[in-house]
Amino acid sequence: MRITGAKIVVETLIEQGCETVFGFPGGQVIDLFDELYLSSDRIKHILTAHEQGAAHAADGFARATGKVGVCIATSGPGATNLVTGIATAYLDSIPLVAITGNVPCSLIGRDSFQEVDILGVTMPVTKHNFIVKDIRELADTLRSAFKIAKSGRPGPVLVDIPKDVQTAKWDFEPKPDPVRPYPLCFASENKLRRAAELINSSEKPFIYFGGGIVSGKASKELLELSEKIDAPLGSSLMGLSAVPYDYPRFLGMNGIHGHYASFTAQNEADLIIALGVRFSDRAAFGTEKHPQIIHIDIDNAELDKNVTADLSIEGDINDALHRLIPMLAEKRHPEWSERISELRTEELRRNEAARGQTTAEGALTPDEIISIIRSKASEDDIIVTDVGQHQMWTAQLYPLRKPRTFLTSGGLGTMGYGMGAAIGASTATGRRTVLFTGDGSFGMNLNELATAVSQNTPLVAVIFNNGILGMVRQLQTRFCDSRYSATVLSRKTDFVKVAEAFGAKGGRASDAGELRRLAEEAFAYSGTFIIDCTVSCEEVVQSPLQDSNE
Amino acid sequence: MEYRQYVIGVIVSNVSGVLSRVSGMFTRRGFNIDCLTVGETESAGFSRITVAFRGDNDIRDKILKQLEKLHDVKEVEVLDPNDTVIRELLLIKIRNSPATRQDIMTAVEIFRSKIVDYSPTALICELTGETSKIDAFIELMKPYGIMEMCRTGIVAIERGDNCLKTIKMK
Repeated sequence: MRITGAKIVVETLIEQGCETVFGFPGGQVIDLFDELYLSSDRIKHILTAHEQGAAHAADGFARATGKVGVCIATSGPGATNLVTGIATAYLDSIPLVAITGNVPCSLIGRDSFQEVDILGVTMPVTKHNFIVKDIRELADTLRSAFKIAKSGRPGPVLVDIPKDVQTAKWDFEPKPDPVRPYPLCFASENKLRRAAELINSSEKPFIYFGGGIVSGKASKELLELSEKIDAPLGSSLMGLSAVPYDYPRFLGMNGIHGHYASFTAQNEADLIIALGVRFSDRAAFGTEKHPQIIHIDIDNAELDKNVTADLSIEGDINDALHRLIPMLAEKRHPEWSERISELRTEELRRNEAARGQTTAEGALTPDEIISIIRSKASEDDIIVTDVGQHQMWTAQLYPLRKPRTFLTSGGLGTMGYGMGAAIGASTATGRRTVLFTGDGSFGMNLNELATAVSQNTPLVAVIFNNGILGMVRQLQTRFCDSRYSATVLSRKTDFVKVAEAFGAKGGRASDAGELRRLAEEAFAYSGTFIIDCTVSCEEVVQSPLQDSNE
Repeated sequence: MEYRQYVIGVIVSNVSGVLSRVSGMFTRRGFNIDCLTVGETESAGFSRITVAFRGDNDIRDKILKQLEKLHDVKEVEVLDPNDTVIRELLLIKIRNSPATRQDIMTAVEIFRSKIVDYSPTALICELTGETSKIDAFIELMKPYGIMEMCRTGIVAIERGDNCLKTIKMK
């Protein structure tokens, strides 16, 4: 069957199991959009307000499902607008295929209208990228893009398609199935045996896990391991939702904004078993004591990159744990457990003390907001955050239970991530998303309210409105003698009116009663609802690392 | 850990942009390159890149792992310095004057260099050898007036039947 390049793109996307794409049209992709129009019964295109929103939506789609998210943009500014979204996915290992149009091959390199070297621009933030200059390679290149995106440690792949390749015709033979990922790498038996020896002789083991547990589908095995060797667990930001918050041995997030118990236990352990994590600088150790480290990850390049481990094991985490667990002796560590209980008690005491400091009249506390919203939300609702104080409060306080129900920009820390991601997640699952955001982050991409409303997205956006850019302000308090340069938002934005103007619903809450009423209404509503919560600008994110230089 | 020079051979797909990907990785991750050369191989679809850099074991391993991650990189190997033929090519233009000509010719002979262009005012010498030999020759030519020069950077290949091939295709 001889068809146009544009049709080959659409047919290949369908062949690869892609049912939804997020995008924004433009001159160099009109042929592709024409084919999307003609095939709209088989593939759904969701028009976002901005290409960045499309990239984040594809990312949210991927995080909520584990499938490859797809976004489409035109050449030049369309393509560059995707970049932050692609980089966000790259830093958090999210499988994405980004398709960009480009000027016809004959115009490439001439600074033509809306021409940009998007291959060059995205090289550092993609797993791989392609430009297709020959239509004969188009279908297979797209298949490779999907294959690379979902293999091993997932990540984004960009495919740039000049306009003349979209209009040229070539034979297309659909494949019966989507491409399969490259074969997994399995951990070496010898190394697993050595890991077992180290674990069996440890008195104070600590499991530090990350997003690899979610993408490697190893939650069950992780809990089995923890159970068998009686080890407490702490997670990176990306690892949250991999285990239920109330699992007795789970101490919550570690790192500079983590839980005190988790942070301290990690530093007092004699052995850290790091699973599907990359030892980001945010999960800092910060002590003089160096415990032994076993590090298992699917990406060999992460081993001994940020932290040199005593034993580094490359391999699929699910398989590695499956084979490791039977090698381990059933253990109990009464003293260590006792110490963990002490740390938990100390954490509660610290939280109480901090709570006393910050209560303000006419404002809600982060605890109140999260517990009230949680009381109305269901366990299946997908929690999305933007970036800043509200993100850390959500990570610290929201009781997450199921993998893939917590979407946050961990590595890149992209303010403005949330709206797009929430739309993508909701589109993918049909479930409600709850977006926790701040007035700073929300202001970055609130244009995507237009998309949410047009899609009738079941979305509750909760704004922690404190009139400041709180995370930066916290740093300024400490390091700039409280000179708040550019972090005080002297804005008069009325988010309730914004909601209404976009066709969404909204309300403002400054006390628990109001918030309860609004939450009731918001969660009963089928579309998009904004709750603007007044929060004191004195609220700060607690850190277990009180004396650090961070 | 001890710093030394490493020479690695990298087999890559011969596709557009591959040099940017490889050199970009070094820049991005803050690794310094002493020199990098690229050229065709015995198989049409692949190019071979030779990179020399200074570092310790740790830096070396990080570089290898990051290179292996690149989709277009098919094979990476650290070449054993004791068992590798390393060569560099120098073209150097020196001022030609009756007073110095004979000295230059003598040095050229001793170094097994070749004069490949001769004009009344300038000589071009060609020299192949290991980096240290090239350095020594340049040093020797300095007093005679180096007008311009260029060197290729090293290419390297292991002795014996040990070959860097695309054994494991991604």
